[in-house]
Amino acid sequence: MESQPARASTRLDSYVDRYAARTAGMTASEIRALFSVASRPEVVSLAGGMPNISGLPLDVVGGAISELVATQGPVAMQYGSGQGVPELREQICDVMRLEGIDAHPDDVVVTVGSQQAVDLVTRIFCDPGDVVICEAPSYVGALGVFKAYQCDVVHAEMDADGLVPEALQQAITATKAAGKTIKFLYTIPNFHNPAGVTLSPARRHEVLEICRREDILVLEDNPYGLLGFSREPMRALRADEAEGVIYLGSFSKTFAPGFRVGWALAPHAVREKLVLAQESATLCPPQFSQMAVSAYLAQHDWQGQIKQFREMYRERRDAMVEALDDLMPASCRWNVPDGGFYVWLTLPPGIDAKAMLPRAVTARVAYVPGTAFFADGFGSSSMRLSFCYPTPERIREGVRRLAGVLEAEMELRQTFGANASAPTLEVRSGYDAPSSDLT
Amino acid sequence: MAATTPTHAQVLVLAGGLSHERDVSLRSGRRVAEALRSTGLEVAERDVDAALLTSLRADRPDCVVPMLHGETGEDGAIREVLDLLDVPYVGAPPAACRVAFDKPVAKAVVARAGVLTSESVCLPHETFRELGAAAVMAALVERLGLPLMVKPTRSGSALGCTVVHTAEELPAAMVNAFAYGDVALLERFVTGLEVAVPVVDDGSGPRALPAVAIQPDGGVYDYTARYTAGATEFVTPAPLSEEVGAEVARVALLAHEVLGLRDVSRSDLIVDGDGRVWFLEVNVAPGFTETSTVPLAISAAGLDLGAVCAAMVQAAVTRGGRS
Repeated sequence: MESQPARASTRLDSYVDRYAARTAGMTASEIRALFSVASRPEVVSLAGGMPNISGLPLDVVGGAISELVATQGPVAMQYGSGQGVPELREQICDVMRLEGIDAHPDDVVVTVGSQQAVDLVTRIFCDPGDVVICEAPSYVGALGVFKAYQCDVVHAEMDADGLVPEALQQAITATKAAGKTIKFLYTIPNFHNPAGVTLSPARRHEVLEICRREDILVLEDNPYGLLGFSREPMRALRADEAEGVIYLGSFSKTFAPGFRVGWALAPHAVREKLVLAQESATLCPPQFSQMAVSAYLAQHDWQGQIKQFREMYRERRDAMVEALDDLMPASCRWNVPDGGFYVWLTLPPGIDAKAMLPRAVTARVAYVPGTAFFADGFGSSSMRLSFCYPTPERIREGVRRLAGVLEAEMELRQTFGANASAPTLEVRSGYDAPSSDLT
Repeated sequence: MAATTPTHAQVLVLAGGLSHERDVSLRSGRRVAEALRSTGLEVAERDVDAALLTSLRADRPDCVVPMLHGETGEDGAIREVLDLLDVPYVGAPPAACRVAFDKPVAKAVVARAGVLTSESVCLPHETFRELGAAAVMAALVERLGLPLMVKPTRSGSALGCTVVHTAEELPAAMVNAFAYGDVALLERFVTGLEVAVPVVDDGSGPRALPAVAIQPDGGVYDYTARYTAGATEFVTPAPLSEEVGAEVARVALLAHEVLGLRDVSRSDLIVDGDGRVWFLEVNVAPGFTETSTVPLAISAAGLDLGAVCAAMVQAAVTRGGRS
């Protein structure tokens, strides 16, 4: 050995004692490491929610961007307004009109994807300990935001018709009785991520009525609303309630996520604060992306493109549901979504989706365990299956592999009994999902 | 340790793969590649896939550094393939990897050389199914006592590992281990200071680097504690008496030797309250990530990571292929 060196102690992070409390949970995780394997082509990933944009007319997009640079380059590459490009905000109003929303462009704030809109809304409304009511399950990215702002999430049950009004009322009553402050209801009414269900028209009225009566703001997140498979877009909650609803939209699923363009439609006073929050966060949303999206909307049959997307996703949904029908044990349950990207599958009693994931990755198939979509540790017996990206053939192969994994897991659970169902991996709500660049 | 490798040597770092430790492997590979580049070597990085052999034949490197963790990387398979192609590589030969990567086999070999290993039992899933899990688990607890460490026999980064404090926790721990492999190792838990002792060989013979004491905040050195900067305190050299310090070095060197390892290894040991040194396991492709113990030990020894890696490359090049 060398001469004995001086003893040193290190945590390999000189800032370890200086992080804000909100970074709790931002740690390495086995689950996220397993998603790294899912990025390999040998693995059928039913985990990520990456839109399949292979059908986009790249020549049209390329032409529009070339023209943008040639004719408006210095403007497109300059700082812009914190609220967003006026022409795009007008076009956004045209998009929202498809869902019955009559909005003025002045009330639209463009954001870096609707994910940033969730962040900005939470930033301006929530203090640590404030309550956000979410569906059970809820979007993992939103849960991550709520966690970062140290909000308490209270879940309200869903069924095949979406959020259950009685469960919402119960959650509100119980939270108020506990002396806590509810800042808003976060809801995804159409083709829910991850549950796949859609809030029925009758319930939309009930949910709005409850929130009006209880004075609860509604944050309506609607990235999938135009991606229905069998009917015209549903009427948005915001279409029937202008003052009590903040509506979030996105071009990530109807055009392309790489531009990172989403928006919030908010009542005037809220919108003013969102603009200021946006300016302090980013100065302005990316000008170039906004103008590129605007050019695409102006020069291309974007509604026809969405129709193509719908047909493509419907074919994949059909492939997944058919494969599940053919291959999965009868003791599993799943829904048949009428749009969007996701099927929510519930496993037989005692099977833990999170504990089963390493076995699945060994078998070259991946999914997102249900616990990622709950803030309270529930969801261990469920999983989200994405059908948006793989081909129908790959989807079937993925389900075939998953069925084999489940069979082995059921046998294992049978061997070790009910006591073996205790969770063995830490729950990290809001973080344990694939990063956005994974399929 | 002088870096005498010719600067024209072309080195291929293999990282990634399909094991559960892909993410760790990518980080290790990136760090080793950067370290080698810092010495002037020409270094390429590559994942392992179906085009690897074609690529190796078409653009043959002077040396491969397999930074692949988990199966394929550490079970000797990738090194068998490199031997088939006569490509020199850093690290132990396949037969040694096969023995070292299998935890119960490695324990048995090291124990035969006189090293303390905790009493353990190794069982496949089928045994529990055929003989009745409850009866087998009761016998295991009766024999080994509590607490117990349960782990897959062929895995790394603490994946699938659980410390079991009560008999009621054992079924879940078994399921957790079997999620990563078909055979589980149950061993009597040894309480004490966990230390990692790397062994490196720059061509002049293997030598132990300063032991790194591992003190995770949560008490268990699990995946999160390993790969979250700040979650574990590392003390180098470990706070051991001179006598015990010499003993952990001796045990690591002995394990390296009796298992037939080469170039680099890392032995994970426990020093109990009486100063006795217990062997847990050895790694033939230890991590080189930003939170791994081998780079810490190299630094504590006053060595340069790039120079150490370059020396191992030089040794491999000198050795040649199929060695």
